[in-house]
Amino acid sequence: MTEPIFQLKNCTVTVNQGTPEQINILDDVNLDIFAGDFITVLGSNGAGKSTLFNVIGGDLPLSSGKILLHGKDITHMSVARRTKFLSRVFQDPKMGTAPRMTVAENLLLSLKRGESRGLAPRHLKQNMGKFKQITSTMENGLEDRLNTATGKLSGGQRQALSFLMATIKRPEILLLDEHTAALDPQTSQQLMTATNNKIKQEKLTCLMITHHLDDALEYGNRLIVMDSGKITSDFSNEEKQKLTKKQMLNFFTDIDG
Amino acid sequence: MSIIVSAIGQGLTWGVVGIGLFLTFRILDFPDMTVEGTFPMGAATCVAMIYRGFSPLVATIIAMLVGMIAGLVTGVLYTKGKIPVLLAGILVMTAAYSVNFRIMNRANLTLFNMPTLLKNHFLESLPPYFDSVVLGLVVVTIVTLLLIYFLQTHLGQAFIATGDNPTMARSLGISTDTMQIMGLSVSNGLIALGGGLVAQENGFADVNMGIGVIVVALASIIIGEVVFGDLTMNERLVAVTIGSVLYRFVILLVLQLGFNANDLNLLSAILLSIFMMIPAFEKRFRIRHTLSKGVDKP
Repeated sequence: MTEPIFQLKNCTVTVNQGTPEQINILDDVNLDIFAGDFITVLGSNGAGKSTLFNVIGGDLPLSSGKILLHGKDITHMSVARRTKFLSRVFQDPKMGTAPRMTVAENLLLSLKRGESRGLAPRHLKQNMGKFKQITSTMENGLEDRLNTATGKLSGGQRQALSFLMATIKRPEILLLDEHTAALDPQTSQQLMTATNNKIKQEKLTCLMITHHLDDALEYGNRLIVMDSGKITSDFSNEEKQKLTKKQMLNFFTDIDG
Repeated sequence: MSIIVSAIGQGLTWGVVGIGLFLTFRILDFPDMTVEGTFPMGAATCVAMIYRGFSPLVATIIAMLVGMIAGLVTGVLYTKGKIPVLLAGILVMTAAYSVNFRIMNRANLTLFNMPTLLKNHFLESLPPYFDSVVLGLVVVTIVTLLLIYFLQTHLGQAFIATGDNPTMARSLGISTDTMQIMGLSVSNGLIALGGGLVAQENGFADVNMGIGVIVVALASIIIGEVVFGDLTMNERLVAVTIGSVLYRFVILLVLQLGFNANDLNLLSAILLSIFMMIPAFEKRFRIRHTLSKGVDKP
């Protein structure tokens, strides 16, 4: 197959170094991500899923190991510079949007993700048509609330907006950090379907943390399982399709059935 | 009559100070104490330069730049030095007291018979006190228009986003440190500009003239918000100046009750407290209203 676009090589993050509580929250992790991969990430609490995302995003420095993007070492690249190729949706709907700015203003901000921002006028009106079209794909009424302050939206609409903001400018890697977990089951399902459609249509490369075994099995073309800071299993699409929920349950103790 | 005109003039000039504080207090969402040092710093710089023969316009512009540098120091202490912003502001404010003394070489300096921005043919031909109304109006209009333009640019939007949700701003590649430093710098530049204008209107600068500035500026912001309620960002900028004029009227009224100028800081603080409590009381009142009436029929 082709070269991976993103690689983690022997990545370790150690906390409380030199104390009796010393522990590797990420332990010698190796991961090759290929273009078009839609990887679901499963693991119990404290398995290292969020640590993995924070390492990829640059929020957490490595204790040892290397991160490569297209073969180039980006281990020490800042969070701000990584946003050029990386976008992220958080679990908390409040984290991904600016509450006092309108839906359209939020989308406009995300159009320039990772770019320098100068003193040119923002041209909000010229983009309204595009925003209307893109928000209507979420099918939750967001397109009628473009001029509403984001803080007044429902959690589902806010999270749908966060997802759009992460994908409006195509990222090379999209990180979804349990982005439907804070929503009620129906809204969560709706957003998950919209997410899946968008990723398939635009052939996005994506990692998605989930606590739902069903979602992990249903979506994506690759599945990794984490435990104690290590990647313990890495299933390809064919292997993943043969997996049953019962087999999966053996891996964990505290996952929602 | 002239006392009202004078109040309007003061209100407009102080509107610049209110707008400066609005950038940090409302947009970036943190309290910046630096202003109590940069206001007299603008005044001291302006008066000292005019005293040494510089033109009032040059002196006013330099005063603004000096304020921007002070704000920059607070910003760097806060973002890079990781000192809490409240303390960073207090540190710079404290240091500014000594710097202001150095700038003037004494505790106060008078502009007796010296040129100022108010001393030109046009402004001197106006009826008494109208000179500061015109000067204040011109400056506050320019500042407001420039900021309205700025806030609608990509950089301005990134600035607003930084105050609104720093986590999101960073995830979009916005350097929140740079935005905060920039905000503190511009804010304190405007406050020093206000200090320079006030010094020229009053005809002197004093190292102690910064005491209470933050309360007066906050009062302008809060009064504007309480009076006008829900507004767009552009309207809120204008509301600050109107709030600043209204504040002068209220002070004027209170002074008529027999208080003197030395009571001003006490009165300002009480006034601000009252205005800041209004939204809370209103909320409580509405809750009581609902409780007594019960849930509305469907």
